[in-house]
Amino acid sequence: MKWVLVAAMVSATVLSDLLQSQEMKRAGEQSVGARGLARLLQTIAQRRQLILAVGCNAVSFFTFMALVQREPLSFAVPASAASYVVETILAKFVLHERIGARRTAGALAVLAGVVLVGG
Amino acid sequence: MESQRGSSTTLKTWSVLLFFLALKAAGNSWMAWGMKQIPERMSMDPALYMRAMLNPFVAMGIVALILALLTRMALLSLADLSYVLPVTAIGYVIAVFLGKVFLHEAVTPQRWMGTLLIFGGAVLVGTTSRNTTE
Repeated sequence: MKWVLVAAMVSATVLSDLLQSQEMKRAGEQSVGARGLARLLQTIAQRRQLILAVGCNAVSFFTFMALVQREPLSFAVPASAASYVVETILAKFVLHERIGARRTAGALAVLAGVVLVGG
Repeated sequence: MESQRGSSTTLKTWSVLLFFLALKAAGNSWMAWGMKQIPERMSMDPALYMRAMLNPFVAMGIVALILALLTRMALLSLADLSYVLPVTAIGYVIAVFLGKVFLHEAVTPQRWMGTLLIFGGAVLVGTTSRNTTE
């Protein structure tokens, strides 16, 4: 069950990040002041993909709640790093980013770490 | 004058970074502590989650994690993502440490090794250049 929850949490996080990354590039640079935050909220409300991203974030958060109820925190938090691996793969094939040797090595180290943490 | 402004920004960045790490650590710990006190197992029923949020530790955890999210946004306005990602990866190590010390979790050497590998991997991923669209 713990890996089902990790997979659900990581999938929701990755989907949210991908949607945000794609849509925020189209929306342009945003600032984080009081006025900037208001504009950011307006941008989210106007773009269906960003609303979906917020929904995915909520799913990820509730799955994290279920995960820490069943499993130790020392497993739940490091296991969430599996999103680095999935994001790296999707960044290559969905966002068509160039993935260098350094990033590949990093993603593989995270993958090995998640396997060790869950063992 | 210029160097004074630079060191003030560095100090601000470090303060916001430490505040973010503290909020994240406290939020995760409170959430884990509170969720373990909830007798019903979480399922697909949203009412269970709403009831869980009435637990003071879960509620404090949610508030701290939302504040952490906003603090991270503020941090991103002060520093590049390539700086923020690797330095915040220390959060994985902090979470395991807090799990062991405050929640009395059994952390095996294998789990420590895994966490350190994740930390190293996240640093490597985080220090690659952004905007590398083909």
